[in-house]
Amino acid sequence: MINTITILGGKSRAGIPEAVERIDLNMGDVVSIVGPTGSGKTTLINDLELFADANTQTGRRVLINNERPPLEYRDNPAMNPIALITQHTTFLSDLPVVDFLTAHAGIRAVKKSQVEEMIQKTLDFANELTGEPIVLTSRMTELSGGQTRALLIADATIICNTPIVLLDEVENAGINRTRAMELLRQYRKIFIFVTHDPRIALLSDYRIVMQGGSITQVLYTNEEERTFSHKVSKLDDLLSAMRDKIRFGERLTTHELEGLA
Amino acid sequence: MKLAICAGPATTGKSSVLRHMIRKLQAAGDNVAFLKVDVQFAEEDEIFAKEFGIPTRKVYSGELCPDHCNVMVLGDALQWAEKSGANILLVETAGLCLRCSPYVDGGLGMIVIEATSGTNLPLKIGPMLSLADVAVVTKIDRVSQAEREVFRSRIQDVAPNVKVREVNALYGIGIDPLVDAIHNQADTWDKMLLRGNPPVGTCTICVGKKEIGWQAHFGVVRSLENQNFYRGE
Repeated sequence: MINTITILGGKSRAGIPEAVERIDLNMGDVVSIVGPTGSGKTTLINDLELFADANTQTGRRVLINNERPPLEYRDNPAMNPIALITQHTTFLSDLPVVDFLTAHAGIRAVKKSQVEEMIQKTLDFANELTGEPIVLTSRMTELSGGQTRALLIADATIICNTPIVLLDEVENAGINRTRAMELLRQYRKIFIFVTHDPRIALLSDYRIVMQGGSITQVLYTNEEERTFSHKVSKLDDLLSAMRDKIRFGERLTTHELEGLA
Repeated sequence: MKLAICAGPATTGKSSVLRHMIRKLQAAGDNVAFLKVDVQFAEEDEIFAKEFGIPTRKVYSGELCPDHCNVMVLGDALQWAEKSGANILLVETAGLCLRCSPYVDGGLGMIVIEATSGTNLPLKIGPMLSLADVAVVTKIDRVSQAEREVFRSRIQDVAPNVKVREVNALYGIGIDPLVDAIHNQADTWDKMLLRGNPPVGTCTICVGKKEIGWQAHFGVVRSLENQNFYRGE
C-alpha cells in the first residue's frame, strides 16, 4: 500500500544542490511539473520511473513510504506502481475497442465477473472527456486523437489501477481537461502532470517548478489562484470556441471575448 | 569469463540496450568485449570500439544461418575476448530464425523486442523468446499501458520462465536489472551446448534446389493440405 512518494533533491546541471531538498507526494495529490523547455521536467519524470537512488545524473533519490522502494518495483514490470502516458503514447492495436479492453481487463481483473463492469466504467470515463463518444465496436485505430487520449487516461486510471499515474504533456489532445481533473480526483491516486497548461496547473494542488535541471520551488495553489482558475478556464474555453469557429470557416468578432467580463 | 548473447529482430533497439549496458558495466569496473554477428551489414563494432575503447569484432554470416554462425565462431571468440583482457563477452546477433535460438547453456540469453510490434508478436517468435533467460521490451513509452500489459502477459503465456524487463533505451530506464543479470551469471565452461533442439536440418531449398512444389523435393516436405511428411529413400 503506497501512501507517499518522496523526492530527495540532488544537484543541478551546474552541480549546485537543488533548492528544494524534499517533496512528499501524498496519495490523492494532483501535482503539476512546470518549467520551460529543457528545464529538466522529463528528467524528473525519468527519476521517478527509475526510482532513482543517487544513481542518475541528477543525484536525486526517490522513496516510497519513506523507504527505498522494493527491488521488485524496478525489476518486475507487473509490480511497477507507475502508469505512464506521454505525448507519444498511443494504441497500436486494430482490434475493436471492446475486444481490446476485454483483453486488458482480463489480465487485470481479479474475478472474471468484474471484466464487464471495468469496461463499462472505462468507456463512461473516456466518454466524459471527449466530445465524440467512443463506440465499443469501432476499431482502436479509427479513434480520433481526442478519443485516443481520453481512452488512454481512462484505461490507465480504471483498468491498470496503478497508484501513480504520470501524464506527460497530454493537454494538446482535445479532451475536456476540467472534467478530467474532476474525475481523476474521485480516484485516490497520485496524478503527476508535466504541463505548460495554466488550466491544469491551477487545478492541481501544487506545482513543482523546474529550471536549469533542478527543482527551484514548490508552489501550492493559493486561494486567489483557485478562485481565478474559473476565469482561466473560461478564457481557455473561449479560445477553443474561437478555434472551432476558425475551423468551420466562420468569422470572429470583438464579441467573442464578452463572456469573460 | 561471463557471456551474454543478445538476439532480436532488426531495429528493435538491441544496440541501444547494449550501449547502456556497456556504459554501466564499465562503470562497475568490468572489461567488456563485443562481438557482432550479422548477415551482411553491421557497424556496431566500429561504433562501440570508438565510443567505449573496448575490443570489438564483427562476423558476417553470409551463407550461414546467422543464429548459428555465432555457435560456429563462439569458441574462438571466447578465447579472443580472454586474450583481449575482457571478463565479459557480449554477443549481438540478428536473430532471424524463428525455429531455433542462438543462445547457449552457460551464457545469458537475452531477446530484445519492441512493445510497438503488436501484442501478438510474442506468440510468433518461438524459441528465440521461449529459450531466452530475459526478454527485454523496448519502446515502452510509445504504447498504451494496456498494450504494454497485454504484451507482457503474452510473453509470460509462451515463456513463463523468461524474466520480462521493460526498458526505455532512449533514457536508459530499466537497464540496471540487466547489468545485475550479467553479474549474477555463472562463468562459461568448456564444451558449452547450443540451447534447445535444432529444427529439421535437411531442407532441400536450403541446399540450393529452387523448383516450386513439394514433388520436386525430398527429405521432410509438406503439401498445402498435409502436415510434414518424409519423401525419399
